[in-house]
Amino acid sequence: MRWINRRPSRGATLVLHCLPFALLIVAYLIGSAIRLEANPNDKLLPSLATLADTVNRMAFQPDPRTGDYLLWSDTAASLWRLFAGLGISTALALVIGLLIGLLPVMRATLAPFIAFVSMVPPLALLPILFIVMGLGEASKIALIVIGVAPILIRDLSLSAQALPREQIVKAETLSASTWLIGLRVVLPQVLPRLLTSLRLQLGPAFLFLIAAEAISADSGLGYRIFLVRRYLSMDVIFPYVAWITLLAVIGDRLIDLARRRVFPWSELEGAR
Amino acid sequence: MTMCRRTALATLTALAVLAVAGPGLAEPKKDFKVAWSIYVGWMPWGYAADTGIVKKWADKYGITIEVTQFNDYVESINQYTAGAYDAVTVTNMDALSIPSAGGVDTTAVIVGDFSAGNDAVILKDGATLADIKGRNVNLVEFSVSHYLLARALDSVGMSEQDVKVVNTADPDMVGAFQTPDVTAMVTWNPMVSEIVKLPGATKVFDSSQIPGEIIDLMVANTQVLADNPDFGKALAGIWYDTVTVMASDTPEGAAARAAMGAASGTDQAGFEDQLAATKLFAKPADAVGFVTSPDLSKTMDHVRGFLFDKGLLGSGAPSADVIGIELPGGAVLGDTGNVKLRFSDTYMKLAADGAL
Repeated sequence: MRWINRRPSRGATLVLHCLPFALLIVAYLIGSAIRLEANPNDKLLPSLATLADTVNRMAFQPDPRTGDYLLWSDTAASLWRLFAGLGISTALALVIGLLIGLLPVMRATLAPFIAFVSMVPPLALLPILFIVMGLGEASKIALIVIGVAPILIRDLSLSAQALPREQIVKAETLSASTWLIGLRVVLPQVLPRLLTSLRLQLGPAFLFLIAAEAISADSGLGYRIFLVRRYLSMDVIFPYVAWITLLAVIGDRLIDLARRRVFPWSELEGAR
Repeated sequence: MTMCRRTALATLTALAVLAVAGPGLAEPKKDFKVAWSIYVGWMPWGYAADTGIVKKWADKYGITIEVTQFNDYVESINQYTAGAYDAVTVTNMDALSIPSAGGVDTTAVIVGDFSAGNDAVILKDGATLADIKGRNVNLVEFSVSHYLLARALDSVGMSEQDVKVVNTADPDMVGAFQTPDVTAMVTWNPMVSEIVKLPGATKVFDSSQIPGEIIDLMVANTQVLADNPDFGKALAGIWYDTVTVMASDTPEGAAARAAMGAASGTDQAGFEDQLAATKLFAKPADAVGFVTSPDLSKTMDHVRGFLFDKGLLGSGAPSADVIGIELPGGAVLGDTGNVKLRFSDTYMKLAADGAL
């Protein structure tokens, strides 16, 4: 049989799913054991026991200095910034993206500008943001919005423009106003797409969040990583990276779930 | 299926090999790597590499020394701690908290200078240090700035409970000070000299008030040094050759200072300003005198107390004694069974005696 036609069985699929993860863990354990044998205090690849100990300390023991449970207070601070940034971006995308997609006048006014803005590297703006908006929460949220919103706006307006022209014409023959066409024809079709592109922007959003937190903060997941980086505390960094990844994966799944629940029509072909 | 397994095995082996390649094993060798980062007291390393002084001394001992400049100070220390470099420029505090706390036995080969004003506490709209009470203080957390703040607060009977520390990256300090919500800051030069020029900025405490406590070192891996004493001698030779030129009041000295100023992003005058806030040990005998004085033990006791207080000597450290610090002459501060930081006057003495 050709390889292109070979499908793994259910059990084999599960094994194959786990294989890369298992390989990564085994490679880590081997490397860690070798380094720890040469230097029991090595911080680069800490042992599983050290990692477990650190996770316990960060997540389940109050910090002796502040009394906070660091992992949870960091997570709360970061997620708040992330939600605020993504929420503002999504709202902007919905309004501006729809206007650009729907109205030729708005398209002529805003489309080139948004296309231009979306090419500005957001991290290069960071020093300016910090001076204009201060070192507080505003500049961190603004960085996420600047990084994410233009992409969402462009994606939404493009998918609105990609709708078959016939649909619009048909609605017009039924005497629908511009407002009604936007609300009843275009919006239901682009909203699922907005959620999908939001999913794809989760990664960049985390990148901007961590970059902003690295520069100035007193809590947050990125803050903690860049703080303990000074001390090569990989026993903190590894669990934090794993945790951020997990949060991003959960966020991704939740948005997709929401899309399927709220807009079941967007999943007609994929229903299996 | 067998094919799958073989592929998996090959991948596994490759990954394992990658992991093994990490730690450097100490043994007699000929090629050495030195990392340094931009700071007034370390600029001579870059100058020495550019002008052939490094090569001259390496050739004398039949070795090669590769000098690499890092744009990121912390990264250079991490690279050294991970074993990628044999020696690195670092402060006494960071030497104790990063490589030594990370189990890498480290020896201070050269005591180059100490900060005598290069690190400072700066307030906006405040005349004295006491005005810092209740403010947010922007600084690089757990750095020498944080230590300076702790010592400053201590000097007026306050503690860190009286302020709130906000971690801020050092390249953004000057910009951050100009935003309205930043009212107190601790940082180092060249940022300090920029910030004090801003309207409303007052320097209320600086490192000249705790002389000799923030020390800039060239440290090397103790095992590498024990196996290759020539490496230590070459480092001392390079250093004192270079600072002799740099400290001299001759056209060559001025040219060296101008070159180092340009390399650190300022000019000769700016660099000389920073030098004025630095107690440079241009003569090896002075450095030997400093490192063998009883004050060093007191300083390191302050430093390790601060680090222990911040949990930087390891989360399970029972006391500040957990890491032994060996002083010249063999006295040990802390655990004699776990000596990981050593101050040595061996190589500086050789330089003082002209025996290199």
